Amino acid sequence: MNSDDDHLSVKDVTLSFGGIMALNDVSFGARRGEILAIIGPNGAGKTSLLNCLNNFYHPDQGSIFFEGHDLTRLPPYRIAQLGIARTFQHTALYTGLSTLDNLMAARHIHMRAGMLDSLLYYGRARSEDIAHRQVVEEIIDFLEMEHIRKSIVGALPHGLRKRVDLGRALAMEPSLLLLDEPMTGMNLEEKEDMARFILDIHDRRGITILLIEHDMGLVMDIADRVVVLDFGTRIAEGPPDEIQRNEAVINAYLGKTDIR
Amino acid sequence: MGVPRPAGEFDTSYARDMATIRQPWQWWLLFAFILALYGLPFYASQSTVSLVNRIAITIIAVQGLNLLTGYTGQISLGQAAFMTTGGYISALLVNQAGWPFLAALPLAALGAGVIGLIFGLPSLRVKGFYLAMATLAAQFIIPWFTRNAFPDVLNGAQGLNVQSPVLFGIVFNTPQKYLFLSLTVLVLSTVVAHNVSRSRLGRAFVALRDHDLAAELLGMNLFKYKLQAFFLAAVYAGLAGALAAHNIRHLNSETFNLNDSVVFLGMLVIGGLGSNLGPIFGAIVVELLIEFATLFGPFFITLFPSTAAGAVQALRPLFFGITLMLFLIFEPRGLAHRWQLLKAAWRLRPFSH
Repeated sequence: MNSDDDHLSVKDVTLSFGGIMALNDVSFGARRGEILAIIGPNGAGKTSLLNCLNNFYHPDQGSIFFEGHDLTRLPPYRIAQLGIARTFQHTALYTGLSTLDNLMAARHIHMRAGMLDSLLYYGRARSEDIAHRQVVEEIIDFLEMEHIRKSIVGALPHGLRKRVDLGRALAMEPSLLLLDEPMTGMNLEEKEDMARFILDIHDRRGITILLIEHDMGLVMDIADRVVVLDFGTRIAEGPPDEIQRNEAVINAYLGKTDIR
Repeated sequence: MGVPRPAGEFDTSYARDMATIRQPWQWWLLFAFILALYGLPFYASQSTVSLVNRIAITIIAVQGLNLLTGYTGQISLGQAAFMTTGGYISALLVNQAGWPFLAALPLAALGAGVIGLIFGLPSLRVKGFYLAMATLAAQFIIPWFTRNAFPDVLNGAQGLNVQSPVLFGIVFNTPQKYLFLSLTVLVLSTVVAHNVSRSRLGRAFVALRDHDLAAELLGMNLFKYKLQAFFLAAVYAGLAGALAAHNIRHLNSETFNLNDSVVFLGMLVIGGLGSNLGPIFGAIVVELLIEFATLFGPFFITLFPSTAAGAVQALRPLFFGITLMLFLIFEPRGLAHRWQLLKAAWRLRPFSH
């Protein structure tokens, strides 16, 4: 359901690839400062939805509003500059850069040095780098990545890469954070760490978090509200305990016996 | 991990952690090295000085290509064409318009930059192999233009005789004098390339090389940075082209050709893509290799008298090709990477990790 004070408001979004309906008339709103989980079986359209929020996929119909801006009309890099950061299901880090530089690269949207400043690297470009280094170091501290600060991320193990991905999104200081399956392929301990980081981010910074995740137990533990997608359609929305009892959701996940 | 620091050396500020040169003795070493290069005319033969001139100019061209291909990941086969552009602009400004060299050189660089930017436009739509084909167009169009357009100014396939540069009343007409010019431009171009690689611009370049989708979704305007990379690469080529043209004192459509563009890419692979040492190592090694092939030629003929001089000519591409292949197989990250490993090993000795 949409309401007027939603931080992010998705209205009647439809997206199709040829004959396949990836998203069919999907509407929901994310309230300012909540953790909203989007769940659904494989192929339900969760990642397609995130890609629509970035306007990487262009919806056939519908509108997406974020703080008064219509996201369907903006190029992807402008959307990021508005304060929407994301992580990727299959980590999409800058593999040739160190952890530090990955995060510094994310500070890009807050930096002003132009091409000439960069060529000279004297005065503004340099002092700006030092100032932003401060912010980046705080995030490195927060995510406990000091030991890999100068490691090239291409050589890091999966769990740490996921953490760098989160750090990179945080370094953008977004007001809306999109997390696309931040815990895939992690063991229990790593998952708990990640959940702790997400809750900490939420508590300390009060940013709105949109979380796509498969681990149901975890979603139920940390999400304020849950939206359920199935075959591109929104089939349920509500607090976790309600969703757990929702018949349509149970059917989508476990299948329905339609014997009459 | 980066190269470990010597024991007991700690950084107490971010500025210090970011510094490239960390110890006074490193400054002195660098200073002495550059001084030794500038002093070459006093203790080296004319042919050596000529060779160093050629290497210095080649390094500048390869540095430009490194910004584009090494850092930004956009393959270009047009670097020599942009050298031609820079060479012609500078030659015309000095010869015909009577401009001072000091004003013609930056304008040649900028002019080449703008032409490079135009030929970089296809990069907005195509990547990789297809982009290489699109930049190849520059390599055909620009030489064709110099051969056929404005024959009374560009003098067709004959090309131009280029005057020696005059700076502050000194005519730079010998390799010894010219070395001063080419080394000065090389030092500046190296500093600028280093600045690009460690700044906001360089991080954006590498981001769009490593994951263009993520870079765009995380707030980088890819079009802008691709065009800036093409522009900078062509500016470097323009500088190198102008310097080379005034050095050889002759310029036509074939002075810098497709073969050069390919060799530049090879130098970059041998030296190390996406590293500031790469162009320097690569250009030096390949130029020395070609020099060696030339020296080795007469000896080759005495070994196999039946082979004609043509076989000697074939030695250069043969040496280059074999070296490139060996590097692609055994050290695709180039000599710069080896150098890093060597430095790390030196710091860690006597331990291996």
